[in-house]
Amino acid sequence: MSSTAALALPSFADAVARYEPVIGLETHVELGTVSKMFCGCATAFGAEPNAQVCPVCLGLPGSLPVVNEAAVRYAVMIGLALHCDIASWCRFARKNYFYPDMPKNFQISQYDEPLCTNGWLDVEVDGEVHRVGITRVHMEEDTGKSLHVGGATGRIHGATHSLVDYNRAGIPLVEIVTEPDVRSPEVARAYVDELRELIRALGVSDVRMEQGSLRCDANVSLRRRPAAGEPEAPFGTRTETKNLNSLRSVERAVRYEITRQAALLDDGERIIQETRHFDEASGRTSAGRSKEEATDYRYFPEPDLTPLALSTEFVDELRAGLPELPAARRARLIAEHGYTARDLTDLRNAGVLDLVEETVAAGATPPAARKWWLNELARQASDAGVPAAELAISPADVARITVLVAGGELTDALARKVIDGVLAGEGTPDEVVAGRGLAVVADDGALTAAVDAAIAGAPDIAEKVRGGKLNAVGPLVGAVMKAMKGQADAATVRGLLLERLGAS
Amino acid sequence: MTDHPTFPDVVRLTAAATAAAIAAGELSAVEATQAALDRIAKVDDTIHAFLHVDAEGALAAARSVDERRAAGEALGPLAGVPLALKDVLTARDMPTTCGSRILEGWHAPYDATVVSRLRAADVVVLGKVNMDEFAMGSSTENSAYGPTRNPWDTTRIPGGSSGGSAAAVAAFEAPLAIGTDTGGSIRQPAAVCGLVGVKPTYGGVSRYGLVAFSSSLDQAGPLARTVTDAALLHAAIAGHDPLDSTSVDVPVPPVVEAAGRRDVRGLRVGVVRELAGEGYDPGVEAAFAAAVEALTELGAEVVEVSCPHFQYALAAYYLIAPSECSSNLARFDAMRFGLRLGDDGQAGAEEVMSRTREAGFGPEVKRRVILGTYALSSGYYDAYYGQAQKVRTLISRDFAAAFERVDVLVSPTTPTPAFPLGSKVDDPVAMYLSDLCTIPSNLAGGPAMSLPAGLVDGLPVGIQIMAPPFADDRLYLVGGALEEALDARRGHPLVAEAPAL
Repeated sequence: MSSTAALALPSFADAVARYEPVIGLETHVELGTVSKMFCGCATAFGAEPNAQVCPVCLGLPGSLPVVNEAAVRYAVMIGLALHCDIASWCRFARKNYFYPDMPKNFQISQYDEPLCTNGWLDVEVDGEVHRVGITRVHMEEDTGKSLHVGGATGRIHGATHSLVDYNRAGIPLVEIVTEPDVRSPEVARAYVDELRELIRALGVSDVRMEQGSLRCDANVSLRRRPAAGEPEAPFGTRTETKNLNSLRSVERAVRYEITRQAALLDDGERIIQETRHFDEASGRTSAGRSKEEATDYRYFPEPDLTPLALSTEFVDELRAGLPELPAARRARLIAEHGYTARDLTDLRNAGVLDLVEETVAAGATPPAARKWWLNELARQASDAGVPAAELAISPADVARITVLVAGGELTDALARKVIDGVLAGEGTPDEVVAGRGLAVVADDGALTAAVDAAIAGAPDIAEKVRGGKLNAVGPLVGAVMKAMKGQADAATVRGLLLERLGAS
Repeated sequence: MTDHPTFPDVVRLTAAATAAAIAAGELSAVEATQAALDRIAKVDDTIHAFLHVDAEGALAAARSVDERRAAGEALGPLAGVPLALKDVLTARDMPTTCGSRILEGWHAPYDATVVSRLRAADVVVLGKVNMDEFAMGSSTENSAYGPTRNPWDTTRIPGGSSGGSAAAVAAFEAPLAIGTDTGGSIRQPAAVCGLVGVKPTYGGVSRYGLVAFSSSLDQAGPLARTVTDAALLHAAIAGHDPLDSTSVDVPVPPVVEAAGRRDVRGLRVGVVRELAGEGYDPGVEAAFAAAVEALTELGAEVVEVSCPHFQYALAAYYLIAPSECSSNLARFDAMRFGLRLGDDGQAGAEEVMSRTREAGFGPEVKRRVILGTYALSSGYYDAYYGQAQKVRTLISRDFAAAFERVDVLVSPTTPTPAFPLGSKVDDPVAMYLSDLCTIPSNLAGGPAMSLPAGLVDGLPVGIQIMAPPFADDRLYLVGGALEEALDARRGHPLVAEAPAL
């Protein structure tokens, strides 16, 4: 194969005009169980290296695996949420290959008898729904993590030695494999995004791509688009780009592979079936392990484990207990709260969708809940560098504030001060209002006096207003507001002034 | 305090008699343990059963038994009885080598479940005994630490792979030993050393801490000089273990009670037609026939039974066991424990793995790893591993059909008595034939016992008794009655004829 660097890549639009991309995705998700897949070790992220290990996950001689029931539950929940068939009988298998970060030099996985098969996930891009077939969801254990020291890039090439951390070894994973149904980088990205939302909604993983708890491999091939009347071409040779660790990388890597393969095919070259690595910095993929080095994994049924025979009751119970899934929730929020799809995307991206829903449940109107969380509170969270959910204000507090605003007892400006007070730990919104004396002065002696004082202080302006120039009232409003130290509602003040001047 | 007058020495007492004497205060556990240690010091240079003797740990355990007995604590039926542990089971206070150079110096940080149960039963573990490397062999000549000798004739093999376990018991270094049996590795050594050896039902005894050779076949079990002793040890180590997923949660069969019943009237005994004939030593066949005749005299109904697929058992075994071993032994890679060779600062991990495995494994282990790697390879899996699993199913069906008609099956344990050391080391297939009769029970998972049948030219041979899964008590029922009849016929237990060393 000629060097990719030397290839002149076509534009993406040009590439997809001539070739149809065929994309399949394999996603590994670390399950959020308290203990590992086959032993009792903790799974917490970020512990001291090799602090969460035992004879089983270190593969010491004589140790034996025992399946974590919680991991099976989680995997079945994922399968059910993806509309899969759940096997009433399945087995684990050993995948044999030597690598220092794999303690037993085999991985306990599933091979020809996976737990879940034959499902689908709908993905929406620009209003269009794409159904992505799910081939299988199977369970396996994670490997340890190698750290290559002394080389330039952290890659094994050029390193002087390697360190291995086995804390990750044995953490339960599911691998979710799609049919080759995806046809564009945008849908690939949206699939991973939707899958992540789905799994987050199930509460079975924290799905943090940057921490590796959700990792994606993209299989990409191209085939020439048929001319009118021609039959569809067979699938081309695929490459597998490994370990994409952000949604953006999924889209970029697929996009790059499409243009790279198009350039090769244009030159009459063959695509080599190989695994590739995506480089975030350059946005390019490079060849990894090629087919010639491909390992024969010598799969065979894991003799240390008995087959997994799940009862109908077990599966039905999990099915009945599934939470509302993202697609259903979106439909409900649009129907019940009048949000648009765009609103929901914005709220989700700001990490406040759950909070908004709870705020509405606590008595806010949907638009008010959306407005306060998306603008003021998302900004406060971002300034504080914490997720919005960790702000020291509850959805009930926010709902109370919106109710006060709606009732005219707070202005937006005052409401922001109440929020500051709640965040500063001064108490509930009502306590902050009372403590800071923030309530709007609606109609009492002080306000009437301030109105009269403002009119008396600017007789020329008062005269203009009396003469019908209603817009001239602005400076009088300002004067009243100043006198009231902002604790009045400007619209109310304006109304009072006009009333007093006989102009309303 | 002795249960038969021929053996006045402490080391010649049965386990049951030793425990009874300790319980009665006629003998201390320390005395029993010291006697065993003295015997080891005296004969083990010749026998070479032990790879590691933990005198200090054994005496400490014995002292604890004596103290608690003195304090009036009720102790179990094997409290204070010394035992030899096959070096394939981990014990946190001893090295575990599996008879291999690749594990030289490795100390497991945990006890095998069998070992925890022995400790809980107050059995005194004397140390670790020799074995064929990773339990692969039938003569103990595949140990990286030199062969063990048969106490009946020290120019001959003690059987294998649990040769150290059998030799230790036959040489009166311990009344009890733990062995493991993947294709006959308890029963064949028991037969050629004149002992009782039992492979329990697969799933009956936890494999946690048993360094795996072939996960779907391995099973730990007792070796002893009497059926009752074997039953007591069996009962001590058996039972469900949540750490082993293949361990089955059913009650332990009443083996001790069965061993004492001594009544086989009306019991249906099937003689396996296929486990006889060509390749079987005439002396073995004669001793077997005499034992079967004794069963008839005891009132058992003896019939001949055919198990047509047993002829394929050896071939299936030599695909399944090596396949599993090729995967199980992959972890011996110099990375986390054990031997590491060739780590010169230049060689990569793969090179260090390769150099270590090249030097750390012996030829029989390499032969089986290569065989198994081949059998599991893409394109060959169906023809070899897949086909062997089908044979396994057929053998299980043969057993099931036979057990419709009879309560137990019997056969010779081995086709021949112990052969001379070195006589088969260059002929692996001839060596593999030692396990011809024992392999079917491993493939089908059922329990089987070897019981001393008699002597052929001064060498012990065994009769094998096979029962359906989880009917281990039937072995002891038949074994106890037959042992009593054969002892009565010859006027003393077979081991009484073992030469003094």
